Amino acid sequence: MREVAVIGVGMTKFGEHWEKSFRELGIEAGYRALLDAGIESKDVDALFVGNMSGGIFLEQEHISSMVSEAVGMTEHNVPALRVEAADASGGVAFQQAVLAIASGVYETVVVGGAEKMSDLTSIGVTDAMASMGDRSWEGLFGATIPSLYALVARRHMAEFGTTKEQLAHVAVKNHYNGARNPYAQFRREIKLETALRASPVAEPLGMFDCAPISDGAAAVVLTTLDNAKKLSEKPVVKVVGLGLATDTLALARRKEITTFKATVAAARRAYEMASIKPSDVDVAEVHDSYSIGEILAIEDLGFFKKGEGGPATEEGRTALGGEIPVNPSGGLKARGHPLGATGVAQIAELVWQLRGEAGDRQVKDARIGLAQNVGGVGGTAAVTILEVI
Amino acid sequence: MDVGIVTYGVYVPCYRILPEEIGRVWGKDGAAVGKGLMVEMKSVPGLDEDTVTISVEAARRALKRKPVDPKEIGAIFVGSESHPYAVKPTATIVAEAIQAAPNLTAADFEFACKAGTAGIQALLGMVKAEYIKYGVSIGADTSQGAPGNALEYTAAAGGAAYVIGRDDVIARVNHTVSFTTDTPDFWRREGMKYPSHGERFTGTPAYFRHITSCAKMLMEKAGTKPEDYDYAVFHQPNGKFPLRVAKMLGFANEQVMTGLWTPKIGNTYSGSMLIGLAAILDEAKPGDRILAVSFGSGAGSDGFDITVTDEIKNFNRSAAPTVKELTSVYKVIDYAMYTKYREKIKMEGE
Repeated sequence: MREVAVIGVGMTKFGEHWEKSFRELGIEAGYRALLDAGIESKDVDALFVGNMSGGIFLEQEHISSMVSEAVGMTEHNVPALRVEAADASGGVAFQQAVLAIASGVYETVVVGGAEKMSDLTSIGVTDAMASMGDRSWEGLFGATIPSLYALVARRHMAEFGTTKEQLAHVAVKNHYNGARNPYAQFRREIKLETALRASPVAEPLGMFDCAPISDGAAAVVLTTLDNAKKLSEKPVVKVVGLGLATDTLALARRKEITTFKATVAAARRAYEMASIKPSDVDVAEVHDSYSIGEILAIEDLGFFKKGEGGPATEEGRTALGGEIPVNPSGGLKARGHPLGATGVAQIAELVWQLRGEAGDRQVKDARIGLAQNVGGVGGTAAVTILEVI
Repeated sequence: MDVGIVTYGVYVPCYRILPEEIGRVWGKDGAAVGKGLMVEMKSVPGLDEDTVTISVEAARRALKRKPVDPKEIGAIFVGSESHPYAVKPTATIVAEAIQAAPNLTAADFEFACKAGTAGIQALLGMVKAEYIKYGVSIGADTSQGAPGNALEYTAAAGGAAYVIGRDDVIARVNHTVSFTTDTPDFWRREGMKYPSHGERFTGTPAYFRHITSCAKMLMEKAGTKPEDYDYAVFHQPNGKFPLRVAKMLGFANEQVMTGLWTPKIGNTYSGSMLIGLAAILDEAKPGDRILAVSFGSGAGSDGFDITVTDEIKNFNRSAAPTVKELTSVYKVIDYAMYTKYREKIKMEGE
């Protein structure tokens, strides 16, 4: 298989884009990525789009053709396809694009991720998001995604003594980082008391334990490593590890819920492919759609032993300047979580970090970065490892 | 020729319900909701009160302060989103009640929370063109939020009546401008009992965009800056929004507090900004300058650059209660009485 590199990244600011359509968000992110790569749309062989639910949020399916047209790629009739894996859609789309280049079919591919959620009211969004879980066995009985993550948090608290304060520390850290990210939805730091005092969403999770409703898009340009070396004036960021895994759709069918086995399996595959171990990772972007998700992630990825994620976060070991900085972008909590865009935005952040372009939130001397993108409550996990050469 | 406000009157029902009580029923921390919205209590109309009775009382109080001959009133407009009848005007009932009928024009206006100020603008034109000598515009509502909805903490009742005329004005309207777009932030379709809203969409793209745009346009036209005004009053759906919009525009809290009444009476919708303006006129001195901007969902803002005249010295303000006086006497009711007064209980035969 051919080696693949990222030569361009771009994204919109995440947030409430009342005045911009899904198309406009996609164009903005795509254009920035092409500009960053120094290529034009005619140089692109295929388009992969991560989008969770255009059908529910916009009553628009056939997102692939829509985006292709919007970015001017239908002029050359480029192949385009949409990848859907709930809020792991972006991460999975990225991996599919890597494989398509590695296989020799395409030379240069753009991966976009986008979601426009703010056109629905919060009840509509909650219901749309419930389709990430098992509608027949969970959603129809009233289980929403935050309520399922709340069960995970309760169990984690019971088994390992994880505290609400430790969960709140995830939000405090990610808001600190988000304040330093110009693309973040929330660019303000918060106090621990603010997070702890917030109104409950699904106890023990409060408002600051949950990622917001967001609009936004992100895009990256991929090409062969050989092309990248020739084309790119910036440090070349190589894709060194890919892991994709699934688990049961319903939480109820899991033997244990304090670990996401999809993350464990995807990480194992990615680490094997990259021939690295968890301690080799310099910076990680993980899926903190709920604060407990980040605790699970840093344990399941092998950064910390099971049960030690909470104390590790509280002690600042995952903060900027800590032993393994996690979510320097602000994560889903502070950067925002436009579902299908998140996985691609994680890759964009890693590329900025590995190139040393992350400004005030730069992780020093980062060479290896890991992104973990989860679909639903762990039904899918995509783990991607990048290395700057 | 000066055109502007000749007299004004306000009515707010005496019943109040507290956010704590609403929260108690719906399993919410009502005190925290109230604190977040900066609303201590909201007014509730009694069983025999509606937009008509509120309008009539406000108009009568205006005429007590300045005995304008009702026969010289050439137009009555009532702005509300809770007119008792879908077809049949509120304005005709008010016209009869204050003995201004039949030689006048009358109509009901609807533009969410700014229909009353739209009526004032129409009257300013008619007065200036000398089609009429006096006109009355009233903004009044008995608004309802669906039970359990966030609106229930603020949707209140009350209204204010303004008599618009020329020459003997207590407050001259120097300039008026409007900023209007089609923005679906809040609506109630025909046949729906309760309004719907776009949650956070009602904030930045609706309330804040329209008020700031209108206020800036007004100050540009008047050649003024925020510090030129003694008072500013904005539509007040809660206590928080007007303070934030004032800050965005560069007004200090002290300029806004005199006209900020939603914390004590809730959001009186079409009455909201006009009651705030009345509270300012209750205290204003000759020469005081006031910036007043309404907001109506759907969406639009009407802005008024106002100067208080010497005529206010001859004006019998104490002939009717000030906003401070009339809101200082109230009776707190529980949610059970609230459901009865708001006719939420299904009665036999209904």
